[in-house]
Amino acid sequence: MSAILADSGVTFSGVGKYLTTGSNWWGIDGLLVHIRDHVIYAAIIVLAAALIALPVGLIVGHTGRGVVAVVGVANALRAVPTLGLIVLLYVWLAPKIPVNHGNVLFLHRGGVPTFIAVVIVLILLAVPPILTNTYAGIQAVDPAVRDAARGMGMRGSQVLRRVELPCALPLIISGLRNATLQVIATLTVAAYVPGLGGLGRYIADGAEQAPAQGDPPMLSAAILVALLAVVVDGLLNLVQRLVVSPGVSGRYSSKHTSQPGVTTAPLVEAQLTVA
Amino acid sequence: MGGFWHYLFNHPGEEVWSWTKTTLWLGALPVVIGLLIALPIGWLAHRYRWTYPPIVSVAGIIYTIPSLVLFLVLPGILGTGILDPVNVAVALTIYTVALLVRVVSDGLSAVSPETMAAATAMGFSGWQRLVKVQLPLAVPVIGAGLRVAAVSNVSLISVASVVGVTQLGQLFKDSLLQVTLARQVDPAVLGILLFFVIAFAFDLVILLAIRLLTPWQRAVRS
Amino acid sequence: MIRFENVGKAYEDGTLAVDDLSLEAPSGQITVFVGPSGCGKTTSLRMINRMIDPTHGRIWLDDRDTASINPSQLRRGIGYVIQHAGLFPHRTVLDNVATVPMLLGTDRRTARANALELLERVGLPATFAKRYPAQLSGGQQQRVGVARALAADPPVMLMDEPFSAVDPVVREQLQNEFLRLQSELGKTIAFVTHDIDEAIKLGDKVAVMRVGGKLAQFAAPAELLSRPADAFVAGFVGRDRGYRALGFAAAGSLPLSDEAAVTLGQTLRAARDVAQDGWALVVDADAKPQGWLALGGLADSALEGTVTPDLLNLGGTLATEAGTLREALDAALSSPSGRGVVVRDDGRFAGTITAAQVLGRIESRAADIRADTVQAANLGGQA
Ligand SMILES: Nc1ncnc2c1ncn2[C@@H]1O[C@H](COP(=O)(O)OP(=O)(O)OP(=O)(O)O)[C@@H](O)[C@H]1O
Ligand SMILES: [Mg+2]
Repeated sequence: MSAILADSGVTFSGVGKYLTTGSNWWGIDGLLVHIRDHVIYAAIIVLAAALIALPVGLIVGHTGRGVVAVVGVANALRAVPTLGLIVLLYVWLAPKIPVNHGNVLFLHRGGVPTFIAVVIVLILLAVPPILTNTYAGIQAVDPAVRDAARGMGMRGSQVLRRVELPCALPLIISGLRNATLQVIATLTVAAYVPGLGGLGRYIADGAEQAPAQGDPPMLSAAILVALLAVVVDGLLNLVQRLVVSPGVSGRYSSKHTSQPGVTTAPLVEAQLTVA
Repeated sequence: MGGFWHYLFNHPGEEVWSWTKTTLWLGALPVVIGLLIALPIGWLAHRYRWTYPPIVSVAGIIYTIPSLVLFLVLPGILGTGILDPVNVAVALTIYTVALLVRVVSDGLSAVSPETMAAATAMGFSGWQRLVKVQLPLAVPVIGAGLRVAAVSNVSLISVASVVGVTQLGQLFKDSLLQVTLARQVDPAVLGILLFFVIAFAFDLVILLAIRLLTPWQRAVRS
Repeated sequence: MIRFENVGKAYEDGTLAVDDLSLEAPSGQITVFVGPSGCGKTTSLRMINRMIDPTHGRIWLDDRDTASINPSQLRRGIGYVIQHAGLFPHRTVLDNVATVPMLLGTDRRTARANALELLERVGLPATFAKRYPAQLSGGQQQRVGVARALAADPPVMLMDEPFSAVDPVVREQLQNEFLRLQSELGKTIAFVTHDIDEAIKLGDKVAVMRVGGKLAQFAAPAELLSRPADAFVAGFVGRDRGYRALGFAAAGSLPLSDEAAVTLGQTLRAARDVAQDGWALVVDADAKPQGWLALGGLADSALEGTVTPDLLNLGGTLATEAGTLREALDAALSSPSGRGVVVRDDGRFAGTITAAQVLGRIESRAADIRADTVQAANLGGQA
């Protein structure tokens, strides 16, 4: 027992050393390149997922049609074992794609089938939070507000764009944030399949080679992924503050908050609207 | 599909069964323990409002830690071996708590103040009020959170096979490694199916539990 | 003018919300739809701007069939106010008010300038312009809702229970300001309420509806009170309707008695000299009544003191010469001296009147009406 603890002590000091060694950061195979790849993958996946989930969520929320289907699909997607589906797609795709064409853009040698498999599966992973939050956000808009918008002569698209969307924005962005976090985290798992870059590379390789010890590069990358997640979430939080109207978020500028007893509009963070 | 059954029969069925058992308890136990831990913390965040923001943000940060990372770091903290399934159970418990704390707190806060005042007026003590009025009324909200936690936990279990903890995720590893097998997709298909079934089974159990605990909701619907 | 022509609405589930409704809401006046919950008031109102399309009949705006107008176009020309205001939470008060003009293509600067003016018009200080709706009280939100509906200066306004979500004091305030505003603007207004008192207070015409979407009576408030069409309307209009009807009966020239009054600051002795039955009326320098002074049991030694406001009994209400019989009767009944105070339009004291005198007037008026009715009936019989 104490031997194991001592071991792990050694491991963590190894992490410190690894992270403070400059040569581990720079170069073709350095941490910086892997961080860059991680961010690029995540961005591509979240953008693609948003391109699918946002329009569908907006339309479902606006029309109220297809709610049952959306909830069902979102729930089913949540139950998908991500790793399993990546493996399946990879195993199925790899033989169909010629792999010997060296590096493509930010992909490693032989990375194309992996990349396709990972992107597809992680899009499936990122769609449910965006989709459910979007439609739930739109549906949660006060019916009186929607009614007033229609009553003053806004067309359906104008109601959606000018009223429902701005009111639903906090929930929509919180869905995007959830999706982004899940994608950043799950990319580490995806690296288990050969050919993908990103910080997961260290973790998958480390787990493969020396699972009993947890080598310093692996743990360093693990810590960096968590940090990356926190930083990206912080940035998105900033974006949220910038684009959400103070009237919706309740963050009024101080000089107008004189009215006592004002109840701020409650923001239902509904990652739980799946029920 | 022929190859699929071929694989299943050629594979020692006992091995798959034992993996299934591991997967089942890794799916069930963390949800139960996580709920038991989240209840008091969530109540705290509900009862003492000033604790809500810090508790919820800590939970949020915990939720951002990738599962694989947690599987790898926990042995160093717990003193367990890296192949020990306990790591996985603890990691999933942590996620469950992180997700449920906020849900429990919000669920308790969502019970209308009038109902609480009525309970007080009838002479319920603080504790009785919580157990007999507030918690039951928060069941739909907490239950919804529990379903999300259970289903996403099951999907996370498979990840543990990357660090070498054997359960049904092993099938995916097999799929990757058995490059010589003609139909190497089969283990992956089997694995996905089994994970799906397990996730839905958990979902169903929780759904039934919610139904049983909230008879008044059915009364309204019918 | 809004004209309903055999209008009906059956919802898809078979609910007949409005059944064969025909009526004409006159231009420049307030027409109130009133009735119990679920009787189809909201449905009737929303068919005017085609938020709901009728399943039978037509609705005309002046000489245009609303069915022939593009719904969005139609709605931009009709102001719309609803119960909880339905303000856009993500826009400031000013931008809420400027919404419709901007939809119609007015540039932002002009729209905002007009919006600011409108805010003042509905009684909100300009400092509220930059606030968000959540920073306003319910009554303030409702004012913004009215301002928003007025912003494009539509000739027609639809209002669905606009004042029902605020407390009685604020409601009365909003109603009074609404009437003042309407006297300036002269819009054609369709107004929905479930409160018969509000209907009678605000309506030039009142449409009483019963469950099933049938029109029970369409008449001016006074007629509704004096001649309810059937038992349902009578019951809905409620008790006290005989008394409330007096609120629509002009008092005419009442037999006022002159009364010597004392002015604030004069001595109590002077007051005692003019008092009748132990009560003296006190007025200010402009001859506006201030209250009654009780002089019974006053010691001689106290008579050198002056008449000050804190000595006055303020219980009595004031009636105006041009007012109603209800006002006059109330002034008499509420006066501590038993003599009701009547003032001119400018607020100066005109004279007093007793309850007996007002009742005499009410009696003779009722006799006149009965005679008219009999005569009309006889004429009808002859024809
Ligand atoms: N979309 C709908 N589908 C089916 N029935 C409806 C619909 N909207 C209203 N109804 C029914 O039509 C009838 C009239 O409804 P409406 O909203 O016009 O009543 P209302 O007079 O405004 O009542 P309240 O005073 O409660 O607002 C009611 O019986 C109502 O249940
Ligand atoms: Mg209504």
